[in-house]
Amino acid sequence: MTPIELYIHIPFCVKKCLYCDFLSGVFDEKMQRRYVAALCTEIKFQAKRHPGCIVSTIYVGGGTPSWLSEDLMDAIITTVKQSFKLDPLAEISVECNPGTLSSEKLNLYRSVGINRLSIGLQSANDDELKELGRIHDYNRFLHTYDLVRKAGFDNVNVDIMTGLPHQTIAKLEKTLNAVTMLRPEHISAYSLIIEKGTPFYDKYKFDAVKQQAGMQTEDLPTDEESYNLYKFTMQYLEKKGYKRYEISNYARNGKICRHNVGYWDRVPYLGLGLGAASLFDNVRTSNISDIYKYCEISEAISSGKNVPSEHSCAYYDTEEVLSKKDAMEEFMFLGLRKIDGVARSDFYNMFAIDIEAIYGPIITALRNQGFMDAKEGRLFLTDIGIDVSNQVLSKFLLDK
Amino acid sequence: MDQSKIRNFCIVAHIDHGKSTLADRIIQMTGTLTDREMQAQVLDNMDLERERGITIKSQAVRIIYKADDGQEYIFNLIDTPGHVDFNYEVSRSLAACDGAILVVDAAQGIEAQTLANVYLALDHDLDVIPVINKIDLPSADPERVIEEIEDIIGLEAQDAPQISAKTGLNIHDVLEAIVNQLPAPKGDPKAPLQALIFDSLYDPYKGVIVFCRVKEGTLKIGDSVRMMATGAEFDVVEVGYFGAGQFIPCDELPAGMVGYMTASIKNVRDTRVGDTITHADKPAAEPLPGYKKVNPMVYCGLYPADGAKYPDLRDALEKLQLNDAALQFEPETSIALGFGFRCGFLGLLHLEIIQERLEREYNLDLVTTAPGVVYRVYKTDGTMIELTNPSNLPDPSEIEYMEEPIVEAEIMVSSDYIGAIMDLCQERRGQYISMEYIEETRALIKYTLPLNEIIYDFFDALKSRSRGYASFDYEMKGYAKSDLVKLDILINKEEVDALSFIVFSGTAYERGRKMCEKLKEEIPRHLFEIPIQAAVGSKVIARETVKAMRKDVLAKCYGGDISRKKKLLEKQKEGKKRMRQVGNVEIPQEAFMSVLKLDED
Repeated sequence: MTPIELYIHIPFCVKKCLYCDFLSGVFDEKMQRRYVAALCTEIKFQAKRHPGCIVSTIYVGGGTPSWLSEDLMDAIITTVKQSFKLDPLAEISVECNPGTLSSEKLNLYRSVGINRLSIGLQSANDDELKELGRIHDYNRFLHTYDLVRKAGFDNVNVDIMTGLPHQTIAKLEKTLNAVTMLRPEHISAYSLIIEKGTPFYDKYKFDAVKQQAGMQTEDLPTDEESYNLYKFTMQYLEKKGYKRYEISNYARNGKICRHNVGYWDRVPYLGLGLGAASLFDNVRTSNISDIYKYCEISEAISSGKNVPSEHSCAYYDTEEVLSKKDAMEEFMFLGLRKIDGVARSDFYNMFAIDIEAIYGPIITALRNQGFMDAKEGRLFLTDIGIDVSNQVLSKFLLDK
Repeated sequence: MDQSKIRNFCIVAHIDHGKSTLADRIIQMTGTLTDREMQAQVLDNMDLERERGITIKSQAVRIIYKADDGQEYIFNLIDTPGHVDFNYEVSRSLAACDGAILVVDAAQGIEAQTLANVYLALDHDLDVIPVINKIDLPSADPERVIEEIEDIIGLEAQDAPQISAKTGLNIHDVLEAIVNQLPAPKGDPKAPLQALIFDSLYDPYKGVIVFCRVKEGTLKIGDSVRMMATGAEFDVVEVGYFGAGQFIPCDELPAGMVGYMTASIKNVRDTRVGDTITHADKPAAEPLPGYKKVNPMVYCGLYPADGAKYPDLRDALEKLQLNDAALQFEPETSIALGFGFRCGFLGLLHLEIIQERLEREYNLDLVTTAPGVVYRVYKTDGTMIELTNPSNLPDPSEIEYMEEPIVEAEIMVSSDYIGAIMDLCQERRGQYISMEYIEETRALIKYTLPLNEIIYDFFDALKSRSRGYASFDYEMKGYAKSDLVKLDILINKEEVDALSFIVFSGTAYERGRKMCEKLKEEIPRHLFEIPIQAAVGSKVIARETVKAMRKDVLAKCYGGDISRKKKLLEKQKEGKKRMRQVGNVEIPQEAFMSVLKLDED
């Protein structure tokens, strides 16, 4: 049995946040029902195309999956269980936003086996939440968090953001304090990225360039300030007992997110739903991102029609076969995102060649510059190496 | 063809006074072109010329005009560049003419280049007829301009045509003035051949196309001809004249005509502009007087961004040199930039134009080093070297003293800005010569200035300090002893030879400081701190630091965006390839050129 992971995409939001470039939008309940039906069709369809797999993790992401009504979430998880073989110890996560959960919903989650929740807080400062275009304030988050704990969830993540416009160390400290006080098992701390196509891009694109160039900015923190916010977060969380295990992820008592670690370890995964991406047999695919087409394909398939496609499957929009070189590059730039880096033996087992034969000179140079280190058969980035990891990781791309 | 019905002339003017527009209008009104064929400004046929609105290369066109006297006349109109950098081209074109039309803007009046060009025309014994252009402008004041022309230049201007080249008003007057006031060429079609080469063009099918003015004798297809200076001999394959934008073959070019010849000439060096063509079997006794020889005044290094393109750059420079006799080049090497060429130009505009032509027409990606002038270095052993590359400066212990080229500049400026312009000249180490008021509101200021001080951005500074109300021209005056030092730039403690330049010792500190500031902006942050230092000898006189990049992180990387994140990393890697590696530091190519523009804010 091949262990695989499942990612399930729910592209619906109560309201789009101003910085968000994920594939999601505001749709009514009718559309949500149609989509979930289509999604269940795809789940069954892909299960048949991938026999002999055992699902070790499920991650329901979005969008705001917690916005779906109980019966829809029930339908999704039940379909997965009916279609795939599920490891009894599987990690099953759902992304939630404050204000979209109720104790009824949470009880349903528990009953279908959902055992990990990820709550998007972003900030404990209401002015920052407003600036980000979030649907909730800090009090609403506290209420949601309380419901989650009362429902018995013992593996909870809280998302926060650094590098927000006008964010100071004091404001960040308030957020960090508010979150760590609650003792969630896991914290993800992301630096704000100004993405094209978002209202934030229109508002802050010049500032973002200035920040990148190390110049004086207007609203965003300068590069120096952004660095300080990021470092402060790291030190604060470590002090509170949260161990950093990836660039932006911290866990207490070893409660890392197994699903996400799978991405960095290149475990095979199937992405199900609109725009979802998969890695299977060294082929990367992504589903189409037009929700109407997506539903039509599923509806055709469920009515027994054969849907022609230029790809190996009607849902796919892109399909890329990875060469050995691609796979080696990915192994490095994904694996080195983890604080404990990559194992030399894993590289050898995967590619039947010693890592030094491919990357020897690069590794030596990076070690000499202090960006990388090695210990007990593992190679990993140092603190300063992680700080500038884009620069460092790009060195692992091989010439054609 | 009856020689008395030929008029060979050019149009001279200060930049933007409407020279090319008038040329277009003449061509259009004489009917050699239909309106449909009329591309705006047909004579400026390089893309670059049209974009910049300036004429770089001389161009010629033959047109037929039926005059009021009922006779048909042949006009050979030779367009000339207006910018001070291209005096040499003007000079070449003028030698092919018998007369010149002087265009003066009815609002602006006489400007510095108006004077310079008129004097050049008079030097060539050309008859000059003034034309007052842009009389349709609300600010036009033709009476004042007539007075200026008479007072300052000393040309009769009461009856000068008052025109608008833009609207076509009174162009007929200009055509009649050409017929009635400009002389017909002289010369005996039966005499031994003397034809002056005033330009040339390389054509991949025909070989070199030689532009010439037949002064004596007749040039025919099949003639065996000799280039009097180079001694090269050829059999003429084709002769002809210039249609608008095309070559029109004919049987012969008799004395007085302007046209072209081809002779399967493959070697560009065999046909020098300024040389005289004669018959091999019946040569003229002596060549025509050559043109005023002009040496490059500004030198810089040109390097291919991609080292493998070095031979392509050489080929391209050779081809450009064919059409641009003032361009000179020789191979050189730089530690920072590899193999390239030290090139000589007439001025900074000339440099920029050659650079752009290499990039556009020959598709080359170039790195340009700071331009400098030709210094004379007198050594303690009694010898003198002409220094075009700062890297070749001998050890200070071997130098007795140095000299730098000096120009005499004439600046015409409205009286409101005299103070500002004098300050500028003073800052640039100018020596005041004189000032005279041409009229109440305008003055002509003369200064001697080191050439070194005007090649960078003097022209821009002049324009900005006078709000555009100053014009400028200069000519070489020779050399003067000066206290000069070599300023070196060290990036991360390593000297970058391509950034070294010679500077007056009194301004070394200022320039060094500005260089460091500019480079700090240009060099992207690295993973380590980069000191940028300016040094004279072993003494560091200025320093800036490019701070180390401390944070560059992709916060999120999950299953959905791995392909996208990889592209980001690839982009980062690609960006590095376009940089020059000096030691551990990657320097963008633009940095080598941008340091010239130190006075911009």
